[in-house]
Amino acid sequence: MELPNKEGYFRIDKDNYFGGKYVPELLMPALEQLNQAYQEAKEDTDYRNELNHYLSQYVGRPTPLYYAERLSRKIGKVKVYLKREDLCHTGAHKINNTIGQILLAKRIGKQRVIAETGAGQHGVATATAAAMFGLTCDVYMGSEDIKRQALNVFRMKLLGAKVIPVNSGSKTLKDAINEAIRDWVTNVEDTHYVIGSVVGPHPYPMIVRDFQSIIGVESRAQILELEKKLPNYLIACVGGGSNSIGLFHPFFQDKVKFIGVEAAGLGLNSNKHAATLLSGNIGILHGSKSYLLQDDDGQITPTHSISAGLDYPGVGPEHSYYKDIKRAEYVAVTDDEALEGFRLLSETEGIIPALESAHAIIYTAKLAKCLHNNEIIIINLSGRGDKDVESVSEILNL
Amino acid sequence: MNRITEKFEKLKSIKKRAFIPYITVGFPDLNLTYDIVLKLVESGADIIELGVPFSDPLADGPTIQKSSQKALESGTNLIKVFELAEKLKNVVNIPLVLMSYYNPIYRYGIGRFISDLTNCQISGIIIPDLPPEEYGEIKHLADEHDIATIFLIAPNSTSERIRLVAKESSGFIYCVSVTGITGAKNELNKEINLLIRQIRLITNKPICVGFGISNKKQVMEVSKIADGVIVGSCLINLIFKEESNPSMLNILGNYTSDLAIETKVNL
Repeated sequence: MELPNKEGYFRIDKDNYFGGKYVPELLMPALEQLNQAYQEAKEDTDYRNELNHYLSQYVGRPTPLYYAERLSRKIGKVKVYLKREDLCHTGAHKINNTIGQILLAKRIGKQRVIAETGAGQHGVATATAAAMFGLTCDVYMGSEDIKRQALNVFRMKLLGAKVIPVNSGSKTLKDAINEAIRDWVTNVEDTHYVIGSVVGPHPYPMIVRDFQSIIGVESRAQILELEKKLPNYLIACVGGGSNSIGLFHPFFQDKVKFIGVEAAGLGLNSNKHAATLLSGNIGILHGSKSYLLQDDDGQITPTHSISAGLDYPGVGPEHSYYKDIKRAEYVAVTDDEALEGFRLLSETEGIIPALESAHAIIYTAKLAKCLHNNEIIIINLSGRGDKDVESVSEILNL
Repeated sequence: MNRITEKFEKLKSIKKRAFIPYITVGFPDLNLTYDIVLKLVESGADIIELGVPFSDPLADGPTIQKSSQKALESGTNLIKVFELAEKLKNVVNIPLVLMSYYNPIYRYGIGRFISDLTNCQISGIIIPDLPPEEYGEIKHLADEHDIATIFLIAPNSTSERIRLVAKESSGFIYCVSVTGITGAKNELNKEINLLIRQIRLITNKPICVGFGISNKKQVMEVSKIADGVIVGSCLINLIFKEESNPSMLNILGNYTSDLAIETKVNL
């Protein structure tokens, strides 16, 4: 089965599907052009070689699958492996996608790239790849996020990108995407929009998933090498959902359980969370049909998470599909629990995780209590926590 | 026959163009929207486009973003929009078109949406984030109830897409004058001429031009080549400016007639 199908749908049956291309007419030619270019590039050995070259020589792939022995012992009798995406150049998995997309942009002949960013990791990864390939780069970022991710804002500027503050709506990731789409609509002739997650209109959720699937492909080979068998669980955090899809997708046909961890913010009943799959309804945002946090009138509701990268009212359509066909289970942990995860990994393994990834860490610790001896878990450690140290230091009294 | 089609046939027979103002429903508030619609009718509107506010209007520039935000703050939703339309249907004798992003419609329920449109005698819909490819969910019901479905063509549309949009559109074709989002501009994009000629080769459905049109000169220029002119942001800007002025409605009326008259000069 081809997922998504040619029209960009993740289809369950005739009436139930996610994805699609719900965009203004102005963008339709660009999406067709991108899809065409991607289909050709996929078959082109030169393109693939070039991508692989940069992934290994520039990003530092393959990233290790590290057996976190002290963490494992601390939380139960399980064996926890960390997929070390935090060791990628720029400190998160985001660059797997930006290198791929910028190579595509060059192929189509676009000289300018734009991106949205929440935590700033995708903005940094786009600015980095743009700098390396000599493209102009503008990054849209909610003014609220600019405040809480000051370090990444400086990094983007240092890399030669322009950071454009977005003051509309909730001033976070959702609004940054709106503004990036408006820019793209206006400058579509010479601009490629580097979407940072498995969201947006087709072909984006597919393209970003394919680029991020290297995480799962490597993990699968590595665990088979190390343990001679597949893991029992894959666990990753879900905002838009790119790091989790990247890990999950290559295991789709295997008997391996997928758990996506969403941000419960101040609690699922608080109205201050970003747990889209757990408490949203189906709707249309940013070009695709998926689960959404919205009110009874179909207006998008404000979200909250301590982690800017998870602070988004939508989610990739492939996750909505996994949820409804029951291929993956989705859970959520609160801000406070995420902070606990942040400390737990720092103290047991000497690895400071991104607050996003800390959600997956702490959920694993909770889950481990009810698991059997030697069950194998792979957590996607999607990013490192340096960017969060300053804001966490204001909360934690050490 | 759909009232929009009827309107264009009538205008065509006397060689005039349609003047189509856009307003955001609920801006500045719902009561004023009622008065504004009546004023627009009185000032020469041939069709009125009623905009349903949405939290994330990604085809709109700052002006309509701001008016949508205000409309949402004043409690506007589709239920209120239809209540207003219900009141208007007895006093307004020109066709009304509803503009809404897709999510509020999807959430409201497509069957319920179409049935309310029919009850309120709204003649057409524009859903800017629902291209013909995704239109399947709603098309069947819209056709059945004779609701015109108005799609957009843009300066960068390929001839293949122009053919598709022309085929699926009813009522009129909404030709976007700029590559970009809504918002007042001073000059008309010169390439629009070429685009309209390209569309005319494919269809004889009426073509209306919108996005970026804000002054008499532009309305006059468009009237020479298209069947109708759509203006939005400039009216919203004016309402923002005159919001606290007790004679806001009259100022808006004068401004509107001044633009509308350009669509009624003899061709």
